[in-house]
Amino acid sequence: MDLYVVQFLTGLANAASLFLVASGLSLIFGVTRIVNFAHGAFYMLGAYIAYSLTVRWQTPLGFWAALLVASAAVAVVGVIIETLLLRRIYNAPELLQLLATFGITLIAEDAVRLIWGPEDLVGPRAAGLSGAVSILGNAMPIYDFVLILLGPLVFGLLWLLLHRSRWGLLVRAATQDRDMVNALGVNQKWLFTGVFALGVFLAAFGGGLQIPRDAVTHFMDLSIITEVFVIVVIGGLGSIGGAFLAAIIVSQLNAFGILILPGISLVLMFAVMAVVLVLRPWGLLGKQVVRSRIAALPDVGAWKPFDRTGRLAVSLAVFLAVLLPFLLGDYGISVASEVMIAIIFAISLQFLMSVGGLDSFGHAANLGLGAYGAALCVQYFGMSMELAMLTGPLIAAAFAVVAGWFCVRLSNIYFAMLTLAYAQILWSIVFQWVDLTGGDNGIVGVWPSEWAASPNAYYWLTTACAVGVVLAIRYLTFSPFGYSLRALRDSPMRSATIGISQRHIQHVAFVISAFFAGLAGVLFAFQKGSIFPDALGISTSVDGLIMVLLGGFNTVSGSVVGAVVYKVSSIWLMSNTDFPRLILGSVIVVLVVLFPQGIVGTSQRLLETWRTRRRLGEANVGAPAQKGGVA
Amino acid sequence: MSDALLTVENLSKSYQGVKAVQGVSLAVAPGELLAMIGPNGAGKSSCFNMLNGQIKPDTGRIRICGKDTTGLSPERISRLGVGRTFQVAETFLSMTVRENVQLAIQSARHGTLSLQSFFGNLGRKSAAEADDILDLIGLLGEAGRSCRELPYGDIKRLELAIALAGDPKLLLMDEPAAGMATRERMLLMRLTSRIAKERQLAVLFTEHDMDIVFEHADRIIVLNRGQVIAEGPPVDVRMNADVQAVYLGSGALYKQEH
Amino acid sequence: MLEVAKLNSWYGPAHILFDVNLNVMAGEVVALLGRNGAGKSTTMKSIIGLVNRREGRLVFRNDEISNLAPFEISRKGLGYVPEDRRIFTELTVEENLEVGRQPAREGGNAWTPDRIYTLFPNLAEMRKRPAGRMSGGEQQMLTIGRTLMGNPYLVLLDEPSEGIAPKIVEQMAEAIILLKREGVSVLLSEQNLHFARLISDRCYILEKGITQFSGTVAELDSRPDLRETYLAL
Repeated sequence: MDLYVVQFLTGLANAASLFLVASGLSLIFGVTRIVNFAHGAFYMLGAYIAYSLTVRWQTPLGFWAALLVASAAVAVVGVIIETLLLRRIYNAPELLQLLATFGITLIAEDAVRLIWGPEDLVGPRAAGLSGAVSILGNAMPIYDFVLILLGPLVFGLLWLLLHRSRWGLLVRAATQDRDMVNALGVNQKWLFTGVFALGVFLAAFGGGLQIPRDAVTHFMDLSIITEVFVIVVIGGLGSIGGAFLAAIIVSQLNAFGILILPGISLVLMFAVMAVVLVLRPWGLLGKQVVRSRIAALPDVGAWKPFDRTGRLAVSLAVFLAVLLPFLLGDYGISVASEVMIAIIFAISLQFLMSVGGLDSFGHAANLGLGAYGAALCVQYFGMSMELAMLTGPLIAAAFAVVAGWFCVRLSNIYFAMLTLAYAQILWSIVFQWVDLTGGDNGIVGVWPSEWAASPNAYYWLTTACAVGVVLAIRYLTFSPFGYSLRALRDSPMRSATIGISQRHIQHVAFVISAFFAGLAGVLFAFQKGSIFPDALGISTSVDGLIMVLLGGFNTVSGSVVGAVVYKVSSIWLMSNTDFPRLILGSVIVVLVVLFPQGIVGTSQRLLETWRTRRRLGEANVGAPAQKGGVA
Repeated sequence: MSDALLTVENLSKSYQGVKAVQGVSLAVAPGELLAMIGPNGAGKSSCFNMLNGQIKPDTGRIRICGKDTTGLSPERISRLGVGRTFQVAETFLSMTVRENVQLAIQSARHGTLSLQSFFGNLGRKSAAEADDILDLIGLLGEAGRSCRELPYGDIKRLELAIALAGDPKLLLMDEPAAGMATRERMLLMRLTSRIAKERQLAVLFTEHDMDIVFEHADRIIVLNRGQVIAEGPPVDVRMNADVQAVYLGSGALYKQEH
Repeated sequence: MLEVAKLNSWYGPAHILFDVNLNVMAGEVVALLGRNGAGKSTTMKSIIGLVNRREGRLVFRNDEISNLAPFEISRKGLGYVPEDRRIFTELTVEENLEVGRQPAREGGNAWTPDRIYTLFPNLAEMRKRPAGRMSGGEQQMLTIGRTLMGNPYLVLLDEPSEGIAPKIVEQMAEAIILLKREGVSVLLSEQNLHFARLISDRCYILEKGITQFSGTVAELDSRPDLRETYLAL
């Protein structure tokens, strides 16, 4: 009994920091409609700067001053990022915003390593609050009690700010319709900047609060952001009260989950999130997010299958790819195999995203399941590569049957977050179930059959698979099924009224996509001869997203080009720099801002413009082309 | 009316204690155009969404072609022969005009998850039938154009073509004339009534443009605060004192009878 | 009051308005007529600055406003009431009005919630009600009231009669006439000629983004050819 009381109180203390970060995220989302992936990075920065200050100012006042100064400093960083970067992408699709803020996270991670070094830092106790009191015979740090009080205090202050001040009223109005607020005489740019600064301040403050309790590390950003995503999704995006409630629920799950089975808490947390999302798709206290009036990217006209020229070009490219082993050495060919695997992974994601409009942030789950499925079959049943190439994808597809049931009940940002959670659950299971998966040590000794063992043979195998998968997906895209899937993306209401069942179609697409990604996973495992948990990590999912984005997410199969360019350049980067994340992050940010249509998308547009101009030139039309339908 | 295509009995729906629709009953016969009018918030949209399956009624029965459809999903209801158009037209913008119609035909005929929906290019399926419907609607000339490039009036017509593609017996049209110019409105409604008579379709529509309602509706049903306050032929309804009081006003805003 | 000369605007790559010219004098109610897609709403949005790209001369009370952001234009005393109302459904009636509030103009009689309630008595009964739980007609009144709270000299009213019961439209017409008496100028876009005739002093016809006619409503009535061609009556 005593133990439960202590766990309960510890849980409440943990909730404080989580609530601060989550409320900041929710506030920013509410007004700007940006899901700020970089929120974890601000939390981390807050902790690092506060660490440096608390080490110097070791007085009771100094501790709190350090926290405030650090948070204010991070808020300034936030304002700079908001004005320079985010203002440019407020009207961009959600996916691009998530990616851009993820890019900032990558940059921040390397920046922190540059400034503070790679080691974990342990900060001082909060001066004046370092003692403990005895609760039912157990020692509880006084600091924890301060945290327990701090959560509701900040919640109350935020509520007053939002409901009792004109600024708060304008924030609430802008949450609903920012353009209208603008037209009513409110400078929304500064309103956005103000909200962003406040949200970042809260995140950084949350980071600083953790110093007396935990070490400061340069990977604390991703662990908090996953937890905070779960919290805002459970509580309802945009709802401060929801964030408060969900922070307590999640902290208590953590505190008590640990008593049942160490390591189960993460799974438990995601399970709760999945249940909440299915029962209340907009979270406990959230409201349905009306799709904001975003200017979608201009389209390149209706998609068409390749014409004769297109088919000829593709055949030529395939022919050249087959000849590649005669031009490259062993290293070059193994890189080429990796590229082929990346193509399969990317195109399977593109099918879901571009055709289905379902932005998955957890596509790594499918790749990892395929890889682990195959590796386990080889390890435990001595299965051959040929058979494993079938069972791996089938395992990924089987898991997708279950996960997809939940995921397709959601749309947009919620779909992205639930898929992210799906991948993270699998990651934590694989990581923690050492007896089965070897945990961090992975599974080794997964080698291809003899006939495919040479780099060239393996390359041809991957090439054959890649060509087959790309063709299959293009074929599906133009089949009635592919059109139905696209119809659901274009207009769910119209689709329903012509008899297209959203859940069934999207569920099937989810499983198909998982099957092909699973194949990529199998090929990946056999190429490396081993498989480790990071195959399921966020970075693998993001790799897929970048490849699709780079190719052009408004295209049928632009990601093929995206995969080639991205894979080759990232392999080159890895071997030539100490700070790959800094460079990768910057590349992502630049891409999103300057090049949102991707390589293939942009070239298609240029081609289209050129053709139109030529046509107009021939017809000798002087007046500008007119488009009707806009009042 | 025993031969009615659509019969609705005692339909009710409340939201958080607010009664949006209370005991609405109505019937539409084949070939008949029934207009549902009333002030904003009178419950027209709720009624439509219940008929269409988007929301489930609290009480009441809906029968379409003699089959009880109460509480079925929109997909199921569409398969029973119900076409629908929206106040703000909903079409598939990333497809061509013809593909929009082809998909609707394909879906009505074979479903979207049958084995054959995974094989073959949609562009080669039922193209001739799609062109017939586009011809009827007057959009054949635009068949190959991307839907995104069409002017709004054409998009509204395309929506009607999509609704007709499933060979429906009942058409639900939510403010079919909204957002169109006066002449386009009249043309669209004339076309709709012609098709309704020829194919013996039952049509239920809502509309705020009284010129359209009085000219094209065979009967009118008036809703106020979720209840039916009047029903009958246009002549009777426009003379009805209750209807004038809650909805029509003094008559300055529509054509007077000459 | 407002002078628009050679206004051009674009939606993405689509050129919508071509050299639109119009002006509104102090105390006038001017109607912008034309069929759907003629560019009426775009003209309104271009004046207030809610389009991505516009060119031309926009002079409001002797100030050039073509390079200003919407909030700056609004602060100069130009109010905008959008066609789709866009009220803040989660906020109460009172709060909606407060969002629109701007400091009183020099020498002007500032609008207060009480004056709005006098203009639209229906709203007075529901001050604390979330605006989302109001009928379409009541929302239309609220959106006009909200704009008035900014003490505008000129109000842009985009399609005030669209989708609203004829009876409420009549009330709307009365309110506009009252506003005019208060000295507020109005530029409204309208498809309903009956409604425009009830309240406006002058009108313009817009077709395919080009001004085709300008004159009084009586002059328009004597030109059935124009009505036939551009209004498709």
